[in-house]
Amino acid sequence: MTSSTTVAPPGTGLDAPPRRRRRRGSPFPYVLLAPSLAVLLVLVGYPLVNLIITSFQHYGREQAFGQPPTWAGLENYTTVLTSETFYRVLGRSFAFMVVAVVTTFVLGTLLALLMMRLGKAMRMLVSIGLLLAWAMPALTSVIVWGWMFDTQFGVVNHVLTLITGQQWAGHSWLIDPLSFFGVLLLIIVWQGAPFIAFTMYAGLTQVPHEVLEAAQLDGAGAAQRFFRIQVPYVRTIITVLIVLSIIWDLRLFAQVYALQGIGGIVEETSTLGVWIYQVGTASGNYGMSAAAAVVMVVIMLVISSAYVRQTLKEED
Amino acid sequence: MATATTTPSLPTTAAARPLPAGAARSPRKKRSANVVFAVLGVIVFVCSAFPVYWMVSSSFLPTNKVRAATPTFFPGPDDFTLRNYETAIFGQNRAPFLPALETSLKVTFISLLVALVIAFLASVALGRFRFRGRRAFIVSILIVQMIPGEAMLLTYFRMIDSWQMLNTIIGLTILYIASVLPFTVWTLRGFVAAVPMELEEAAMIDGCSRTGAFWRVTFPLLAPGLVSTGVFAFIQAWNEFVLALVIMSRPESMTLPVWLRTFQQATKATDWGALMAGSTLVAIPVVIFFLIVQGRMTGGLVAGAVKG
Repeated sequence: MTSSTTVAPPGTGLDAPPRRRRRRGSPFPYVLLAPSLAVLLVLVGYPLVNLIITSFQHYGREQAFGQPPTWAGLENYTTVLTSETFYRVLGRSFAFMVVAVVTTFVLGTLLALLMMRLGKAMRMLVSIGLLLAWAMPALTSVIVWGWMFDTQFGVVNHVLTLITGQQWAGHSWLIDPLSFFGVLLLIIVWQGAPFIAFTMYAGLTQVPHEVLEAAQLDGAGAAQRFFRIQVPYVRTIITVLIVLSIIWDLRLFAQVYALQGIGGIVEETSTLGVWIYQVGTASGNYGMSAAAAVVMVVIMLVISSAYVRQTLKEED
Repeated sequence: MATATTTPSLPTTAAARPLPAGAARSPRKKRSANVVFAVLGVIVFVCSAFPVYWMVSSSFLPTNKVRAATPTFFPGPDDFTLRNYETAIFGQNRAPFLPALETSLKVTFISLLVALVIAFLASVALGRFRFRGRRAFIVSILIVQMIPGEAMLLTYFRMIDSWQMLNTIIGLTILYIASVLPFTVWTLRGFVAAVPMELEEAAMIDGCSRTGAFWRVTFPLLAPGLVSTGVFAFIQAWNEFVLALVIMSRPESMTLPVWLRTFQQATKATDWGALMAGSTLVAIPVVIFFLIVQGRMTGGLVAGAVKG
């Protein structure tokens, strides 16, 4: 118990019990909430309602320039939900998300275990490296990786030529959709694994030593200790991390969009968010884009309900 | 405070801990295992730091070294040049750097300040009061964070357009305030709740008013929370790229991330040296700020999540 309370940095007590002190019925808390509520209503609520309304309308280029839109009923939704492209994009997004989440999580956990085995100096070195990767802005990291994978002068092609003895210069990594997603996966894992690693490390160091030692004396191997003791201890952290990773990797936008800008075929590499954006801007079909966006919002909310429930449980 | 404390009989540094693999094996096996882990550690460091190193080192290389068949891994003193920075900052055929920097700074700091003030008020309400609708507000704060802003891009565009605020600092700023607010409220709420009520009550017994007790006792204790939340809001707004791309499309009103995109033009070969210089300029403030406050973020997720 002592260890689990002292490791937490000061001032982040999500576990602090809610204060029941001040009297109910006072208008003061509402006054305090009013500005936030106003901002959220105007800048999140209103656009959301707007989005939903548009999804039931014929809304194209002419409407964007002032023509009154006409009602479409469920037409936009049927178009989206019967469109082969939509399912291809959805399947692609989910497949990439699953691979990315699993890779990031497994690698992050291995990094956390490695950090636990390392001495102080080495752990510091690893932390600095991971922090650098984590801290890089998403857009600049895509650009840097794009430069490393550059067809002509990229360092990756050069090193591959050295290792394999074959000529890699001129090999384009972004033209083939599969290797495009390979590069994207590298970028996502490189940026995402540090967060998992630090959080898991923080969680794993809180597992009481006595328990691990007792298990060791009873003959439990390293794998058994990990799966039977350490994992159950940090189960809630794992849940939250996985749900957050799923959400982040599903709503990927900037990285895909920027990587497509460096190279890559848009039609074959768009994920859900990018596709919705393109249906709207490129073909001017705002109604259909809005319907697809509503579908995406619903998918996100269903997935994140686990996270919301978990957080509320900690709240009470 | 932030170090792991274990029972007194155990050494506290991780290096000396009788960690799982050690005790059952012979010392020699243990030593060779340690060497393996150290080597792995170095590999991890090199892999994760290399892209950052590559960005910075390419940014100082002359063009003939950037566009060379053999890349320069360890630049010597002769390879050092500031030409790429000159091109990035003063290059003529692209959107200019300094106005973009100015726009980025203005947008980031205004949204940061406004969001912090508004969120602070809300977090006091959530952390210090029980009231009807509190839970509903918390749920909506959590849900709003899950709504993919990318799906709403066109709606945002039309909204800002109908308010005649496209390509204006205020137009982008209000969108940024809305996008950092939920996260800011949520984090600050944790900091407020962590300051014990007893401190305020003690001050009130000593004659402070309730408001006085809050400002003199609780508020100073919240300073670190405000700083780290603020830094994270800063990073989010500084890095944001998609909304800025849609709202600030004119060359003279671009923010830095959008400005970075202008280095790549379909008709010309990319000037990677200048692009790396530009990327370094955009990334450096973020990396520095990030290193200052990183510990608090993971801590927040872990605190209370391990049931002992």
